[in-house]
This record gives sequence, structure tokens and C-alpha cells, in this order.
Amino acid sequence: MASLIDCPHCGKRPREEFTTLGSAVTRPSPSADSETWTDYVYLRDNPRGMHDEFWHHADGCRRWIVVSRNTFTHEFGGTRDAAGIAPMISPTEKTSQK
Amino acid sequence: MTPYRLSTGGLIDRKRPVSFTFDGKQYEGFAGDTLASALLANGVSLMGRSFKYHRPRGVMTAGAAEPNALMEIGTGGRREPNTRATMQEIYPDLHATSQNRWPSLDFDIGAANSLLSPFLSAGFYYKTFMWPKSFWEKVYEPFIRKAAGLGRIAEEADPDTYGKAWLHCDLLVAGSGPAGLAAALAAGRAGAKVVIVDEHAIAGGHLVDTREVVDGKSAQAFVEDAVAELRGLPNVTFKTRTTALAWYDDNVVALVERKQKHVAAPEANRAVEILWRVAAGHVIMATGAEERPLVFAGNDVPGVMLASAMRRYLNRFGVAVGRNIAIFTNNDSAYALAAEAEASGITVAAIIDTRSTAPSWTGRARVLTGSEIIATQGGKALKSVTVRTGAKEETLSVDALAMSGGFSPIVHLACQRQQKPVWNEDLQAFLAPDTNGALTPAGSVAGAYSSQQAFNDGADKAVEALTRLGFDAATPAADFADKTPGNPSGLWLPGDVKGKAFIDYQNDVHYKDIGLAVREGFDHVELAKRYTTNGMATDQGKLSNINAIALIARARGCSIAEVGTTTYRPFYTPVSFATLSGTHYGTHFAPVRSSPLHAWSLARGGEMVDAGLWYRPMYYKQAGDTDMMASINREVLAVRAGAGICDVSTLGKIEVTGPDAAKFLDLLYCNDFGKLAVGRARYGFMLREDGIPFDDGTTSRLGENVYFMTTTTAYAGPVLAHMEFCHQQHWPDLDVRFVSVSDQWAQMAIAGPRAREILASLVDEDISEEVFPFLSAKEVTLGSGVVNARLFRISFSGELAFEIAVPAGYGPSVADAIVAAGAIPYGVEALNTMRLEKGYITHAEMNGMVTVADLGFDRMVSRRKDDFVGKHMFGREGLVRENREQLVGVRALKAEDRFTAGAHVLKIGDQVSLENDQGYVTSSVWSPVVKGYIGLALVKGGRNRIGEKVRVWNALLGTDVEAVICSTDHLAEANGGKNA
Repeated sequence: MASLIDCPHCGKRPREEFTTLGSAVTRPSPSADSETWTDYVYLRDNPRGMHDEFWHHADGCRRWIVVSRNTFTHEFGGTRDAAGIAPMISPTEKTSQK
Repeated sequence: MTPYRLSTGGLIDRKRPVSFTFDGKQYEGFAGDTLASALLANGVSLMGRSFKYHRPRGVMTAGAAEPNALMEIGTGGRREPNTRATMQEIYPDLHATSQNRWPSLDFDIGAANSLLSPFLSAGFYYKTFMWPKSFWEKVYEPFIRKAAGLGRIAEEADPDTYGKAWLHCDLLVAGSGPAGLAAALAAGRAGAKVVIVDEHAIAGGHLVDTREVVDGKSAQAFVEDAVAELRGLPNVTFKTRTTALAWYDDNVVALVERKQKHVAAPEANRAVEILWRVAAGHVIMATGAEERPLVFAGNDVPGVMLASAMRRYLNRFGVAVGRNIAIFTNNDSAYALAAEAEASGITVAAIIDTRSTAPSWTGRARVLTGSEIIATQGGKALKSVTVRTGAKEETLSVDALAMSGGFSPIVHLACQRQQKPVWNEDLQAFLAPDTNGALTPAGSVAGAYSSQQAFNDGADKAVEALTRLGFDAATPAADFADKTPGNPSGLWLPGDVKGKAFIDYQNDVHYKDIGLAVREGFDHVELAKRYTTNGMATDQGKLSNINAIALIARARGCSIAEVGTTTYRPFYTPVSFATLSGTHYGTHFAPVRSSPLHAWSLARGGEMVDAGLWYRPMYYKQAGDTDMMASINREVLAVRAGAGICDVSTLGKIEVTGPDAAKFLDLLYCNDFGKLAVGRARYGFMLREDGIPFDDGTTSRLGENVYFMTTTTAYAGPVLAHMEFCHQQHWPDLDVRFVSVSDQWAQMAIAGPRAREILASLVDEDISEEVFPFLSAKEVTLGSGVVNARLFRISFSGELAFEIAVPAGYGPSVADAIVAAGAIPYGVEALNTMRLEKGYITHAEMNGMVTVADLGFDRMVSRRKDDFVGKHMFGREGLVRENREQLVGVRALKAEDRFTAGAHVLKIGDQVSLENDQGYVTSSVWSPVVKGYIGLALVKGGRNRIGEKVRVWNALLGTDVEAVICSTDHLAEANGGKNA
């Protein structure tokens, strides 16, 4: 796992300053059907490769950010603020990547 | 004969004698000595006993890989087991004790294990101790544990302090031999931020162990000058006694710096060891190479050691390991030792070279080519060696033997991130894998074996890395007199062995064990390791792995590359738990979080209990209270009869402001907040997105766009993080701001029939029932405008009650005034008793599975709102089905009967079984109002079962009592309907 997280607001900081929530899935619209909501609440991809996750700079700027990291190589694909995000890469692209 | 100190030479300070003890006997060494070199200088060659056979062992190395000379250092809480005597510097009055022997190192009963050796072969754990099965726990395991084991851990607390810190640099250089020095010089001169570390007290690595000539001066003088130059540069940090332990993602390297492990009395206000984490732009791994032992019978008798170690003792410490030595080698490197030994007046009886041709040799020693040692003689000290040359055998009388089986690059750091080392056929060695450029091996670790080659390699690789980092670096130069390139050596294995030829000294794995493991099917390198325990000792196979791998390859008839290595993991050398925990122990492990009324409570007899990092008063002990229950019951009855004050400052307090504050609260809570009027408070639930309650609390509207939210004590942090996530991620467009003000306010609950009267005497405003009814909230002043306060008319006890928040610093004086006006202090036990009497819930009831409806708050959930967290899942089939467990009250039928939280509810007459389980008790307490045990319980279809008699059963406590299901409001039942 990464030793340093490049917070888009604070720069590189030790990973101990952060907590993680899980996959960076976006909340469906209130009118979405129950299947969509069930997927959002319960179903997660478990890719071998790049994966976007919500991290919280809890002992820093207190911003929620999206951390893109490779679950296989630990390589970092970048970070950005979590406000109004869209998926960085589509789920199908994710699973086909190594 | 015995080892001795030469009259001259070495980097020790002969003007500073240092006395120390080993196994109770006093010895004298010099400042700069290691424990191993000082013991050798005193003629002590027996330094330990092996793990399994308890064979007498001497020191094998002069560095980190030492398998034999492991000792307990220090006394009391400072006693450290398994310390390598080769790494420990001596200091005045150092106490060292040998390990793994009884009754003494010289006479060890356990040595009888050698006679049992046919039963202690590879895998003996799995074979010998298999039968009978029942013997394992009671006989075999205790026996093995007693017989095995190295040093003893300290039983007292360590009195020293340890630290952790970060370092940042452009270039980290691990190792200060010729390659490391060259790299640091290149980077330091170019102005880069450099950290260079060396695990020894003296920098220079292999260079200071030689009599090489560099730039016209001695290698030792060359190193001294280079170190002085580097230390003089402001951009260079030079750390000796510092080991690079591990290489992590993002080029972070862990170092352990031994600050005060070499001093008699560590300064109390400084750490004895520091764990550094270095964020490096680039890492030059100049970690050198480890000499390989040769495999021959009796290669463990004290007096046998690695040639490089003997050379280090000779040149770095001025110690001759023997007067009449032999050298056994399969490569050229040991010839330099022969020459230097002869120059120091040591007789070299012979150089036994496995090769058919030897390099040019002008010394006095005989060179026996095509030869090998097939046996050694001597128990606790070497007496002679038997050499076979072709068919001829001869015995040479020697008191020490140096051996060299070539060199293995120390590639550990590069292999700790899942990459395996790569076998190089030309060098006959495992080299570092390609690490994508963030870490570069340089010097002998990369196969540049001569000092000149290593220096040039370190210089070139540093310049390359520096260029990539954007520095304009010049290549440093040094001229070594010896221009002979280092030559790699193959791996030499004996044709056959009579007796024990050790592979892993510390774990007593010998030649035949490896073959046996392969024959029995444990031929994969990882299986052979675990079956034989080769490489599993504290040295982690630094000396043994390569020979074991070569033997496996030969037994399997495949190449060394095919066998491969076992997995490299951090750390390179053992690290103490004290260092890893750093400052995180004692009160620093869990800091005390004090409420503004913490001291106030203590002064009034508060018995504190920890609640997370907080401490809260359980109860206030007063004269006349016979026990804890007496205090609690006194407090409950006093509150219900008059008034009490309780510190509730630990509740989470979050201030929410902004034009969209109401909208935001409506999205967070499942109930309506948008319509909450200014000056009103409301109780509410936040749900998780799966529809299950997350936290509860009251939120008050203090102004048009100002809300004051409270959370439970435990969820203050999680609720704030949840709010930040919801605002920042889900609804970033909402114009709302919020901040935790938990520590800014001292908050007190004032409960009881006299609560209003007491507060009215302090509050400037009118707080009569007419203007300040239940669920009112407003900002008020106290003492004619002196103190601003926030007053809430809310209750957690069923009594007329208020909560008042004042700026933290005013907490104690306001609390004093409230007590003076007639309230008694009560603690969280009385608080809990009263909330249970009234049927109020906590996280014991919100257990992560129940719904708002299960808790009886179904009508609170807004049907009006389109959206809130949890709305889309809380109506799921499973969460609204019939016969879910619902919150009810439960009351023991007999006053003397007791039940506790966790007890199960069963129908009268039912057998105890999972099928018959009706639910469980979530909270229970003895109620002084009801005069019996009461509780809350989650019971299947519970609200339709009021009045039913049930069994309340708890196998853990052995209680099984009859109780009745009742309303959650025990107080109303007892008092006939009184409400707050």
C-alpha cells in the first residue's frame, strides 16, 4: 500500500493521515429504481488493477478525495477531490486492465 | 592457542579502555570495540551454543549476519535478548550473558542432544512428536519450548524512550562502503539533499577492513577524509549505527538509528532508538555483499570464521583471531587476508584452494590447489584441519580457519516489494531485480566486487540518478592502487560429507538435512525451508540460504535459477517492538481526553470510567455511601425527588450554518427538520444508506440559519466524517458550513422536579413553562449578562430537565453555581438507570441491525421528503416484515432476581434452542424506582406481547429468571403515567 498519498489540497502526506471508505461509487438519483440502489449499497467490483476509492484526509484538510490505485502493483494513478466526481474509467475498462 | 590483540593497528581508541562483563567475568576492551572484537581480544572464542544440538560456537562474522554470537545485553528492563555481539559496541559496565546453555556456556547439559541427532533430523518435529497425539500439549510442546528458545525477554518495563520521525531527501544512500561514499560525494557536491546511512559505528564498509591504498593514502584515511567532507556539507545527513531495514511504496525507506544503545547511561530525555521513515527521490542501494561460508564437516568449531570477518577483526579492531591459521577458499579474495595476516606476524599454515589453479602468490604460506577440508578437530576451540588433495590427506595444526565461498550481493531491500532476485550465471549470484529505476544497486551488491569498481559504479549510478532528478552532478574520482578487477566465484559444494557440515548455523541445519528434505518430497525452496528450518532463525538465512539453494538444485538435478529463493520480507535485521511502537505507549497510546468538568468531577468524588478517550464520572462517592450501588441509587432518587447535574460535555456537538443548513439536515436525518421553528429542538435519527439507524441526537434551531446538533459520545467523530462525505461528495452545491464544537462547550444536564427553579435563579431570561416549554432551545445569558449560554429543554430521564451549554472555561463555575442552587452531581450510572427507567435508547439498542420502526419510532420517518440518506433502502421487504424483533421493556418478576444485557428471552416452558429464541436483553439495570431489575429487550413481535411472562436466560452467568414483557416506559408503569 502506498506510503504517501498525494492529497490534491495538501500535497504528499503520510498515509496514516487518511482513512478510507471503499470504492468511489456515486450515489444514484433519488428516483432510481430499487435494483440500482441495491447495486449502489451492496455490490462492488473487486478489480485486479486500477481502482478508484474514496479516502478522507481526516488528520489533514478534512476533504474527501478519490484515490486511484492499482490493487495489484500498488501503483498510484492520481488523486482528486471527491466533489461531483464521475468514474475515472469505466468499470469494464477497469476489469480488463491488468 | 587463542585470539589476541595486536600491538598496533585498528580503529579502536587504545587510550580509552572500557571494562565489561561476559557471563559474570570482567574483561577489558577499547572504545570502538564491538563485544565480539573485545571478547576475541581477550582470548574468548566460545560465545554461544547452537539451537538444536547445543554445539559450542564461536563468532562466525563481524557484522549483521552473525548466527552464533547472540547474547543478552543489559540488565533489568534494559535486558535485550538475541543481540549480535558483532553489532553491539562495548560501553563501561556492559553486562553480556550467553544464551541457550545450562548450567554454563562451558558445560552445557543440552549438548547431549548431539547424541540424539539421528532423531533430530529435518522434519523431526513432525515425525518424532506425532504419537501419541495426547502427548503433544502436555509433554512434547513444553519440552520443546524449554529446550529451544534463545535469550530471555526482559520482565520489567523498558525505562528508555523511543522515537519515530520522517526524513525527506533527494538521494538516500544505504551503505557507506566505496560505492556508497562515491554516490554520496557525487550527490553532496551537486547540492542534492542526501541521507547516507551505515549500520556500523564506523563508516567505510569493507574499505576500512583493508590495507588498500587510495589516492596515495590508506583506505582508512581516505574514508575518514570522505566522511569529513560529507559531514561538512549542510545538505548531507550522515548517519552511522543506522540500518536501512525496509523499502516501501513511493520510495519510502525505513531506518533504525541506534542513538544510545552504545552508551552506559542513556540520557532520559533522548530516544535510545529512532525509527526513521525516509521519503527519498531516489535510493542508491550500496549494501555490499555477504561472504558465503563453505560446506565441510566441522565448519562450526569455534575458530572457524568467514575470511572477510577475520580481515575486519585484523584491520578494523587490531585483533588476530589466531597465531597459526589456515585459509580455505574457492576464490581470490582470501589471498589479501593471507598477505595482511602474514604482515601482522600471523603464520598462515596454508591456503587451501578448491580450484586447480591459484592466483599469483608471493607470500610464505603454502598454497594447496585442488584441495578441500574434509574434517576439523577441536571441540570448543579449533586444533587442526584435515585437508584432502586428490587421494592424499594431511592434517594441519591450526588455531583458526578463515573460509570464503565467494560473495552473495545483499539484495534484501530491492526484493521486499514482491520482486524476486534474479540469478546471474556469470556472477554465480542472485542480483537485485529491475526496480523500475527508483532504487539502484551500486557496488558489490551489483557485482562490482573490487573497491575501484565499486567506487566507480557508485559514482556513475548516482550521477545517472541525480541527472534524472534534475541535478548537474560531476562524477567523483578516486584512484585505488590495486587495479585488479574483482572476480566472481562459483558455488562450491563438497562431493560428500562425513560428519556434520552446517548450512544454517543458528538452527543447526546441516548438509544431510537438505538432501533428506528433497528425498521426502519437500523439494520446493519454500517447503524445504519450513521442513528443515533452514533460514528461519533470527539471521533469516543471510549466510545459509545460498548454500541450501545450491544443495537443493544439486539434489533435484536442476539449476539454481530454477530453485530460486524464498520470499524476502522486511525487516533486514530484527527490530525491537519498543522501536516499532515509538512513543505510542502508556498515556501516549491512548491520550486522556478531559471534559471541561473532568477536574470538577474528580474534586467532588467522581469515580471515573473510560468512554473512548474520555473519562466520565460513573458516580460521585459521598460519605455514607456503603458501595457503588448505594451511590448510584442515592443519586437516582435525589434527582427524581429534587434535582441533579450531570456532565454531558462528551456528547458530540456540531454547529451547522448557512442558507442550505435546513436542506442539508433534511438529507441527513430521516425525520423532518426543514419545518423546525427557530427556538425549537428536535430528536432525530440519522440512517446509514442501507436504512439502518446510524446515530441519534437532538438538533436545535438557534437562528434562521444556525443549527446546533448533538451526537452520541462515541459517534461524534464518525458523524462529522459522514456529514463531510455527504456534503463534499453527494451534495457539494449545498451552501452549508459545519464545524465540531464539542470541545468549545461545557454541557450539563439539569434534571429533576426542581430543575427549572434552580436554572431560573441563574438564567437572565424568563424560562417559565409558558415561554420555554418542552423542546425549546435558545441562547441565553447567565449572571446578568456575564456568561453566554445555550439552553435546551430536553430530557433523558423522564424528569423535567434541561441541558445548558456554556463556554468550556466557564463550566466549573457554572456547575458550582448550579450545585449551590440545590442540584446534586450525578454520574453516568445514574444517568443510565434513569434513561432505562424511562425507556430511552443508546447504541446498545441501535445495534446496527434494528430499524427505526423496530425501535418504535416509525412515525418519525418523513414520508414527505424525496430523499435522505437511507430512504431508498429502509422500506425493503426484510426490514418491514412481520415478527421482527421490536424494542420492549422487560422486568424481573421477583425483586431478588437479576438479569443482564445479552440474556436471551424464551417462552415459559420452552427448551433453550436457537429455534426457540425470542430475542435478547439489550440493556438492564436495577431500578430504585421499580425496586427490581428492569431492562430493554428486542423481542420478536414484542409490541404485541406486552404482559407476557417470559424466561430470561443467560448461560454465561448461569441466570435463568422469570420476567414480564412490558412497555419501555418503566417509570410511567411504576408511577402511573408521569411524563416529562
